[in-house]
Amino acid sequence: MVTVDAIWKVLEAVKDPELPVVSLVEMGIIRQVDVLPDGKVIVTITPTFSGCPALHTMKADIVTHLQACGIEAVQIETTFSPPWTSDWITEAAQEKLRAFGVAPAPHHGGQFEITLLDVVACPYCGLENTTIRNSFGPTPCRMIFYCNACQQPFEQFKPL
Amino acid sequence: MNHELQDALVQQLMALADDELILGHRNSEWCGHAPILEEDIAFANIALDEIGHAQVWYGLLADLTGEDREIYPDKLVYWREANAYRCASLVELPKGDWAFTMLRQYLFDLAEKIQLEHLLKSAYKPLAEAAAKMRAEEIYHLRHTSAWVKRLGLGTDESNQRMQNTLDELWSYAWALFEPLKHEPLLVEAGYIPESRVLRQEWLDAAVSYLRESGLKIPDGVKPLDYDREGHTEHLSELLGSMQQVAHLYPNAKW
Repeated sequence: MVTVDAIWKVLEAVKDPELPVVSLVEMGIIRQVDVLPDGKVIVTITPTFSGCPALHTMKADIVTHLQACGIEAVQIETTFSPPWTSDWITEAAQEKLRAFGVAPAPHHGGQFEITLLDVVACPYCGLENTTIRNSFGPTPCRMIFYCNACQQPFEQFKPL
Repeated sequence: MNHELQDALVQQLMALADDELILGHRNSEWCGHAPILEEDIAFANIALDEIGHAQVWYGLLADLTGEDREIYPDKLVYWREANAYRCASLVELPKGDWAFTMLRQYLFDLAEKIQLEHLLKSAYKPLAEAAAKMRAEEIYHLRHTSAWVKRLGLGTDESNQRMQNTLDELWSYAWALFEPLKHEPLLVEAGYIPESRVLRQEWLDAAVSYLRESGLKIPDGVKPLDYDREGHTEHLSELLGSMQQVAHLYPNAKW
């Protein structure tokens, strides 16, 4: 029978549909994997934002990846508890986001409101001469900034 | 949970969900029409968040009543008539001008934030968990709308006047957000929800001082409305006509 570790290994290849440089595992979206005695696999996920429109695609992608490895009986559960936080994004993923042009959310240890006052460094030139243009962006989890130094608009992953 | 308590909780969740859905739909009406591109993006996001929150509340309703949470929310949204909705009239009103949209959203966001903070302590665990999830998201809304309220209130004579007109019109509707549902005492006694009057007082304290700082005069008293969560304005039927049209034309359509 397939092991929990093997399932995690497969899931590492499932990318975030909106930020395809990082995986759902690295983003902290996949929370738990269980294999029942009858072989059925249960994957528990949690949305970044509750209205995330990519959630259906994520679920479908998880199922497709597992089925491609011969794992047919898959059930996806969604949980809100504990609520997703940007602190769960791994450091490696933060770097991948930066290289992709998205400034990562600062680590906040549970008090994300405080970081909303932080200066955000431009992911392109690294300078901190940036201005927020919109607390909302192309997806619920991103905001829009402008770099006054290299004159490049960019997005920041919202601290949550 | 006994039958009576469950029934009261169903009504409460319905009210929470319907408020979010209808306001989310109103916000979505700005998509492609907002005065500037940045606000078009902002309001499309706020709409998405509110509809997402409605989906969470409808999901809890499905769990509570033993319905399928994949199917039940759509059934409630697309196949109920206006008289079965439990939203407050504040969220039903047409989107109006930019001042109207912004002030209504601010008054609602503030109410929602206060309510969610109380619901974190709910003895009904799914309610507390959902509140914890939404509260963080709402902080972004309130931050946005409160900045705009101040900008418009302290802006030009015209923007101030439009905000004041809206406040005079909306004050009684916003007050009515906190009218208790029939079975509220049961839910309060079970520790599931806070008393509406406690929420209203906290909301009032925060709103009054902020609106004054924003150059606005608080209307004298509130006038009784002809509508409540069981008797709706004509605007709700009109909204549902548009929102439910596709589902009614193609009942088994798959997206």
